[in-house]
Amino acid sequence: MATELRTRGATVPDSRRLVIATDKDVVSARQIGRELAAEFGFSPGDQTVIAAAISEIARNILMYARRGEVSFQLVNDGTRAGITVTAQDEGPGIPDVARALLDGYSTSGGLGLGLPGARRLMDEFDIVTGVGRGTTVTMSKLKRPQR
Amino acid sequence: MAPLLSELVSHLRESRTQLRQEWARRIALTQLLRAMTEEEIFAEATSVYDNYVEALETGTFEALQAYSRNLSERIIPRGVETHEVVGIVLLLRDVLARSLFAKYHEDFTQLNRILDTYEPAANRIANTVAVGFVQERERIILQQQEAIRELSTPVLQVRERLLILPIIGVIDPHRARQLTEQLLRAIRTNRAKVVVIDITGVAAMDANVANHLVQTVEAARLLGATVIVTGLSPEIAQTLVTIGVDLSEMATVGDLQGGIEEAERLLGYKVLPLAEPGS
Amino acid sequence: MEVPILKQGQYLIASIQSALTDADLSQLREALIAQVGRYRARGVIVDVTALDVMDSFAVRTLRDVTHMARLRGSETVIVGIQPEVAFAMVQLGLTLKGVATALDLEEGLAFLDQRGRDRVERGN
Repeated sequence: MATELRTRGATVPDSRRLVIATDKDVVSARQIGRELAAEFGFSPGDQTVIAAAISEIARNILMYARRGEVSFQLVNDGTRAGITVTAQDEGPGIPDVARALLDGYSTSGGLGLGLPGARRLMDEFDIVTGVGRGTTVTMSKLKRPQR
Repeated sequence: MAPLLSELVSHLRESRTQLRQEWARRIALTQLLRAMTEEEIFAEATSVYDNYVEALETGTFEALQAYSRNLSERIIPRGVETHEVVGIVLLLRDVLARSLFAKYHEDFTQLNRILDTYEPAANRIANTVAVGFVQERERIILQQQEAIRELSTPVLQVRERLLILPIIGVIDPHRARQLTEQLLRAIRTNRAKVVVIDITGVAAMDANVANHLVQTVEAARLLGATVIVTGLSPEIAQTLVTIGVDLSEMATVGDLQGGIEEAERLLGYKVLPLAEPGS
Repeated sequence: MEVPILKQGQYLIASIQSALTDADLSQLREALIAQVGRYRARGVIVDVTALDVMDSFAVRTLRDVTHMARLRGSETVIVGIQPEVAFAMVQLGLTLKGVATALDLEEGLAFLDQRGRDRVERGN
């Protein structure tokens, strides 16, 4: 279970991680993401957006690397507040990241919208990859500055 | 507690009545807090003074922060402004410092030591109160902006299955998102089959917001509703074309009236004029 | 998790009850296509009211169903997409273009009925 430390304004992250090895795990990942987002106070619309982004990225792990890990971290450090999702695998890596980030490009017969789509949905998106060196996607959704 | 601090706090507590009075006098002189009555100023001055001394004494500022936010919540609706709040807190700082000069004027060394203790704490207090006020102000402004946004974009149900969303003014991405969410919920609640989005009142739209409009049309379709956009100015049409929208794919009609008629046609309504009077 | 498929006259109605894995979605696709053939259904309704997320795989699957069903003479309509889900979909870039959508089951049936009438008029 996640450890929760609610200290006012402090930078203590609330985190969770899970292994992605089956398509049930993809579903779990997005459900957990949604729960954490709800707990943190994201609107239902944003919760769905976060869940959709997680679904795409987690599925990518399954399709290209067969196994990997997704972890969640809540961020609240005074300047930024939100949720960071990290998807990591030791798979073959992406040879042409620029191309992979374009709509419609897919090497698996899919819609090719997973990576670019997730990037559009989230506020911050970072991808580190290399042929034979696995892939790590780090993406965050920040709460809108209100209230 | 350090002996110097203890001495300072005792002095401030003993001289409470006269220092508070001096402070109120200075506030009246500088004509700050004009939005409040003398009685109100005195009452708040008392609380501020006590909280001030308490913060000095304990070295913790949570209570002061809470009080500052609370005070701000009360006085902001009265029209009190930031410079006034900063002004009176600095005045109090001055009043207390002066009293220290008066008390220790014969012992310069001691005065310096006392000031070494007093100054950092007093500055921190001024800062805490001012920042608390500003933060509260920002929070209230954001809240009001939100309320205005909600009010200014009603989704109207004109007929069964037909919704109209007239958009007026400036749309920023946040407002655009809010509009879309409101509209989609309304489509669901009203089981609308046609939506007329009128943007006659929108002066300009950047690519970002234009993209948002397109997304709104697409999302509405996913809920089974057709969207007709009316009041499209040539400038906005150009923006849409620039971001790659195929205008022939988007249902547009010149004005709202025309849009409503088209919507009624789609819904299978036929609007007949009443018989001419006298015929 | 198998999705129940009901037969209502000449239509098939698949009501998704909960979150589906990719495998479940593929299974649903196969089942619908098989049953469209078996019963010579004229229309298929897929009710996604209970889906809290529609991602690219779900969209791809529904498009496949629509195409395959059309090849077998059946129209497909997707109903019950939630407002938040629709919004997330368009931001993702998923528009379900070429696939009919309606608000709910009632609208979906009305849509299929209308299509049926259009077909008759065209002498199909």
